[in-house]
Amino acid sequence: MLVFIIRRLAYAVLTVVAVSFIAFFIIELAPGSALTEEFARLRAQGAEVSGAQIEAMEKQYGINDPWIVKYWKWVSGLAHGNMGQSFLYHEPVSQLIGSRLALSVALSFGAIIVAWAIAIPVGVFSATHRYTIPDYIITVIQFVGVAIPEFLLALGVMVAAVKWFGLQVGGLFDTQYLNAPWSMARFGDMVSHLWMPLAVIAVGSTAWLTRVMRANLFDVLGQQYVQTARAKGVPERRVIWKHAVRNALHPLVMTFGTTLGALISGEAIVSIVFALPTTGQALVQTLISKDTYVAATLLTLLSVLLVVGNLISDIALAWIDPRVKVTD
Amino acid sequence: MSQLAELETTDLMPDDDRAALAPEQSGIGEVSQTRLMIRRFRKSKLAVISGIILIIMYLGAVFAPFLSPNDPAQVDANYKFSKPSHLTLNGGPGICQVKQVIDPVTISSHYVTDCNNAIPLRFFGRGFEYKLFGLIPTDRHLVTVDKGKLLLFGADSQGRDIASRMVYGSRVSMTIGVLGVIIATILGSVIGTVSGYVRGPTDTVIQRVIEIIMSIPQLPLWATMAAVMPPNMSVTGRYFLMTIILSLVTWTGLARQVRGKVMSYANADYVNAAKSAGSSGSRIVLTHLVPNAASHIVAVSMLAVPTAILAETALSFLGIGMLDPAISWGVLLQDASKIDVLQQYPWVLIPALAVILCVTCFQLLGDGVRDAVDPYS
Repeated sequence: MLVFIIRRLAYAVLTVVAVSFIAFFIIELAPGSALTEEFARLRAQGAEVSGAQIEAMEKQYGINDPWIVKYWKWVSGLAHGNMGQSFLYHEPVSQLIGSRLALSVALSFGAIIVAWAIAIPVGVFSATHRYTIPDYIITVIQFVGVAIPEFLLALGVMVAAVKWFGLQVGGLFDTQYLNAPWSMARFGDMVSHLWMPLAVIAVGSTAWLTRVMRANLFDVLGQQYVQTARAKGVPERRVIWKHAVRNALHPLVMTFGTTLGALISGEAIVSIVFALPTTGQALVQTLISKDTYVAATLLTLLSVLLVVGNLISDIALAWIDPRVKVTD
Repeated sequence: MSQLAELETTDLMPDDDRAALAPEQSGIGEVSQTRLMIRRFRKSKLAVISGIILIIMYLGAVFAPFLSPNDPAQVDANYKFSKPSHLTLNGGPGICQVKQVIDPVTISSHYVTDCNNAIPLRFFGRGFEYKLFGLIPTDRHLVTVDKGKLLLFGADSQGRDIASRMVYGSRVSMTIGVLGVIIATILGSVIGTVSGYVRGPTDTVIQRVIEIIMSIPQLPLWATMAAVMPPNMSVTGRYFLMTIILSLVTWTGLARQVRGKVMSYANADYVNAAKSAGSSGSRIVLTHLVPNAASHIVAVSMLAVPTAILAETALSFLGIGMLDPAISWGVLLQDASKIDVLQQYPWVLIPALAVILCVTCFQLLGDGVRDAVDPYS
């Protein structure tokens, strides 16, 4: 088991290194440099940018270095937690990321818990009542849940909240708590701002996991040991919950990685609509304002989140399912 | 000899028994695989209905200019965020007139709807000029009005007709995802087949690459790739780059599926038989493995279409996918990104219905096809 974990860890590290290469490569494809936009910004503010200044800044930032040198500078800074300055936010990236990463993790993992808590019972119901009216209704809701883009759902929920419930939405805190020190009231305020985006992020995955659960359980219910249990006279409730559901849960753990990936994507776009300061939101903002190196850093960080999630699910699966070969 | 014997026995049979033996009459063992699939597909009502809705939507995209009462690109400051036209049956189908009235005391302007002098709807009337199928020049439209503007779903921030833009938007939104998935399917099938058939180090390398791409969250990866597109590109250039960007992520899942199928078939008896008969590797792949996996590939790729369509919409909504002169559902929804605009002019969210309908239909259709093609998976 220990060897298995170490091997998986090594894979995870290699994957992250490869991802950082990809992220950097995509960013390097962009025409112009990270500075082009900054010059444009300075000019728009009315500052004179002379040729000498451009040259000096290009030298300072190593714009004309070969890409491998640039990659090394970027990635070694990343490894040391020194991620440079963001042109967009005008603050060190490491400072920018700290709280954002925590919020991203909280939202993504929180959404997973919500999704599982709803998907398992509903999926079980759907599978045991296949082709009945409630099952059809659940199926249609699932499809719509998958089909509504998260950002649309977020917009709809926001409008409804403001219009009919008079709630203040968007951002992480009410204005009165914005710069207040931490207290129970402030924490409560944050929770009241977070549950809505959390629910919106979870909807798509809940719908999808319900489908997975329904299909899995239906397969398991057709197996012979279930028939045997029924033939023995085990009550139906016990057959389903003790014999069938347990074995239908493994694929759910296996798809943990896919779900987490979808949730991280969802978190990014929902945070933009709700104006929440998360990593995903910062990524899109930096992309739009061409703050490219920061964007590469954020993309890598989001991938680290996913890789860690996958690592946990791999280990969890090996732990709960003896059929998974630990030597892999 | 045996043929002769058969002839004799059939001659002795009663007429209706002979009819039962005739090949076109027999109901057993005569149904082709394709027909079985169609039969199974027809069973799922939801999938059939979705397919029909999608066909109608694509026809709408083809006849977009005919269906649009107004030029989708026409900017009109007078109609900025104007309300959807009030339809009335007062004196035949028509729309109510909207007049701007300036209050003589406060000098503030407000709008008054007058349904007594409705402007009649004109079917097959004349409107802006266009070329049907890009060939036949005409100016006929399904429905127009002589005076004012027919705004079924209101107008956007620049006074452009949302309904017309929605119909036009389907041209980009409903094709970009499908094209992206087609490219991804080709990539995924080739790479997946190679990976599953050749095995060994090639397989390992391909699988590692797929794992790496899959360990980057999809939407952020798409967003990053889309964001590096130069902003001053032409609409068509952007469109094609977007399809490629969509496919560059989507192929990984497809390649895995194809690899799995190819690996399971590669050990089948008929493949071993073909091998011992001296078939070359490429022959085995092309005549045995690919045709067998084809239906599965189609099913898996169809299920990838909704994600691709949603990705384009989301990216355009964020302002990093398709950009303004282009018309796509995501571009239309950009107007809805500000909460105060959305509250005052809720009709800017109407294009969202098209997105939801289209994506739901693709989901249901894909599910139906998958169930029909692989009933045992």
